[in-house]
Amino acid sequence: MVPVVPPVRTEGPTPLFGAYGIVKRFGAFTANDGIDLEIRAGEIHALLGENGAGKSTLMKILYGLLEPTEGVVTHRGDVVRLAHPEAARALGIGMVFQHFSLCENLTVAENIALVMPKGLSGRTLKARIAEVGSTYGLHLDPDRPVWSLSAGERQRIEIIRCLLQNPKLVILDEPTSVLTPGEAELLFTVLERLRDEGRALLYISHRLDEVRRLCARATILRGGRVVWACDPRAETARSLAAMMVGVQVREVKPPSGVATGPERLVLSGLTLPAPGLHGTALDGVSLSVRGGEIVGLAGIAGNGQAELFDALSGETLAPEAGMVRFDGVASGRLGITARRRGGAGFVPEERNGHGAAPTLSLSDNAILSRHATAGLSRFGVLRRAAAKALARDVIAAFDVRKAGPDPAAGTLSGGNLQKYLMGREILAEPGILVVNQPTWGVDALAAAHIRQALLDLASRGAAVLVISQDLDELFEIAGRIAVLHDGTLSSPVPAAETTREALGLRMGGANPAEAAEGPVAGAPDHAREPAHAH
Amino acid sequence: MTIHGVSLDIVQMVLITIVAAATPLMIAALGELVAERAGVLNLGVEGMMVLGAAAGFAVAVETGSTLLGALAGAGAGLALSALFGLLTVVLSANQVASGLAMTILGLGLSGLVGASYVGLKRDPAPHLSVPGLTDLPGLGGLLFGQDGFVYFAFALAAGVWWFLWRTRAGLILRAIGDDHTATHALGLQVRKVRVLAVLFGGACAGLAGAYLSLSYTSFWAPAMTAGRGWIALALVVFASWNPLRAVAGALLFGGATVLQLNAQAAGLGLPGQLLSALPYLATILALVLLSLGRRQGGSLAPAALGRVFTPHR
Repeated sequence: MVPVVPPVRTEGPTPLFGAYGIVKRFGAFTANDGIDLEIRAGEIHALLGENGAGKSTLMKILYGLLEPTEGVVTHRGDVVRLAHPEAARALGIGMVFQHFSLCENLTVAENIALVMPKGLSGRTLKARIAEVGSTYGLHLDPDRPVWSLSAGERQRIEIIRCLLQNPKLVILDEPTSVLTPGEAELLFTVLERLRDEGRALLYISHRLDEVRRLCARATILRGGRVVWACDPRAETARSLAAMMVGVQVREVKPPSGVATGPERLVLSGLTLPAPGLHGTALDGVSLSVRGGEIVGLAGIAGNGQAELFDALSGETLAPEAGMVRFDGVASGRLGITARRRGGAGFVPEERNGHGAAPTLSLSDNAILSRHATAGLSRFGVLRRAAAKALARDVIAAFDVRKAGPDPAAGTLSGGNLQKYLMGREILAEPGILVVNQPTWGVDALAAAHIRQALLDLASRGAAVLVISQDLDELFEIAGRIAVLHDGTLSSPVPAAETTREALGLRMGGANPAEAAEGPVAGAPDHAREPAHAH
Repeated sequence: MTIHGVSLDIVQMVLITIVAAATPLMIAALGELVAERAGVLNLGVEGMMVLGAAAGFAVAVETGSTLLGALAGAGAGLALSALFGLLTVVLSANQVASGLAMTILGLGLSGLVGASYVGLKRDPAPHLSVPGLTDLPGLGGLLFGQDGFVYFAFALAAGVWWFLWRTRAGLILRAIGDDHTATHALGLQVRKVRVLAVLFGGACAGLAGAYLSLSYTSFWAPAMTAGRGWIALALVVFASWNPLRAVAGALLFGGATVLQLNAQAAGLGLPGQLLSALPYLATILALVLLSLGRRQGGSLAPAALGRVFTPHR
């Protein structure tokens, strides 16, 4: 490493942490190419950029997971070497990972204990988890194993684990991507409080409205370089997005008119027992989705979304065939392949491990879901050329960025893999498409692409059911929105006739009509309370 | 003293035989359990065990000390596991292939080390003798008349359990075995912990081998472990990576072994080969029953078991 003297270019006080001339190369690939970044105490600093812009690499360098090829990191003006995360933690740097860094078979408390100082007793730790949990409204049962928790609950562990270390700098990678609006509001309150306590926060998000609301300074990366540093409050979401991607983001065309197509996806009284101790039972879920419309299902993680998706895709069979009807065919007892043959497509929530096998190539992954519907085998023998051609079509149609002609699915960034999985299903022209969290952790450009593709699919006559925690997304694409709470589904209402607040109340289990007269009137905060009760 | 005509002393004798048959399995299985909890599948247990038997016997004969022999056995297992750790953890070689290579290498090396000791015989390891207690009818010999290996094996089981579930280091080890990517991201030393776990497992395997040549038979014969290393590996799975269940499994297997020996001696009329297979069949049956009762969600096995970890930085 060439020693580099940090350039004296600071305005005002010495920054709490600085990174100067950071270069990180992986072989021939340069992930960071001369990045300068200064973070001051008491500020929330936004780091913006597309997937692959180098944000994660820079964060890993600041957290001591990677060492820069060139460049230095400073703490209060002194050059420091962050050889491993413990060194970073000792300087007061905490991290909330996007792809949670949790051990599934350990409990919540055990996962937190892994990074706590030595000699902390289990009882003290549980007390502190409960204390931080109640202070910030992040409730968790410390004895639950992580595998039984939803994505939203897992993130709470990450946040609590970070807060318990009393950090001076908190790095948050896409922290709101799995939160409901109520939970996100709560998180913002927490973050503003941490800022007011004089801590620095490095905030990575694709949600530009959040960045404009929270952050006073933003650094925008593109292709491993800093392309802009600005005050996001003085910018619009569109101008920020344009700086990020270098081109104007096209707006998603909103849905038009009322769908009058035939009922293609019909659920009637779908009832299923809870799949495990911590699963959610589905209780009389009824819904009808017409051809040409997108119906959105809102709800806080862990209220039956996974169970409903599994019942729709055929991973769980319904007790009666008639409870799930695709194009009039009673499909509740059919397997996944039979449902796909009937013209349905499914994109599950977890990209790696559920939607795709991460160690298999993209073309192999195409075979996994399309083998029965795209003629990818003949007499039981795979037609590799056809699978590769299909993968190429998906990659071209959905602008999937990847290295090499047919790489392993796990090597793609989250947004690009999601585009590939969406494309794999959408190119099959399904009559019915069920998607769970279509844009989880996906950058603005890719998310817009995916949403537009869903709208286009619906306009071609398909019935699309989108399960999402992102209310903005649902308002953007869904014609009607229903709320899933504790395994029961509210009747869908036209998106134009409802509000975020009304949906938020329903997501928390309250009926907005009753709540308007009751003591909780006008208190959207209540939306999040009952959701943690079970 | 008799109950229904069976002398309590005969019952005690059978129990002592069972414990003796179970002890090497217990020690080797506990060591392998720790390695697997850290995510490393060491199929070289048999090789480390047999090398420990040869080295332990050779050193015990040369020095006249059972203790030094036992330490030498553990050291030999440790040395072979150091090679295994270098290959699999540091150089990220395939664990299955490397483990099988260790077994073959261990069998070969043990023949070399033990070549000049074949046919020699020495006194078995001394047994505990507490005046007044060891002579107690029915239980005295079982509880107070064993050799050091047996007491060590039970202490080891308690120690491993305590370590894994009551200490921070044990928690870190289990976490690394569950998800090496996540624990690496938290800054935990995945490779260091795995190497230490492998070394511990190798030392235990070597010690288990030394028990065979110093106490169980008190002579050395080539390949005298006779597959006990493989049984220890199966016991780890059978015990669902729980040290206390590993003890129960080892005793069950020891019981089945003694039972079939006695059955053969009694001349039940069944083919001896079939009876010899009994302990193995019992183990397979137990494994099947266990996997039928698998819990929902999560996994019993350490999730990262057998997966190679290569950090890039």
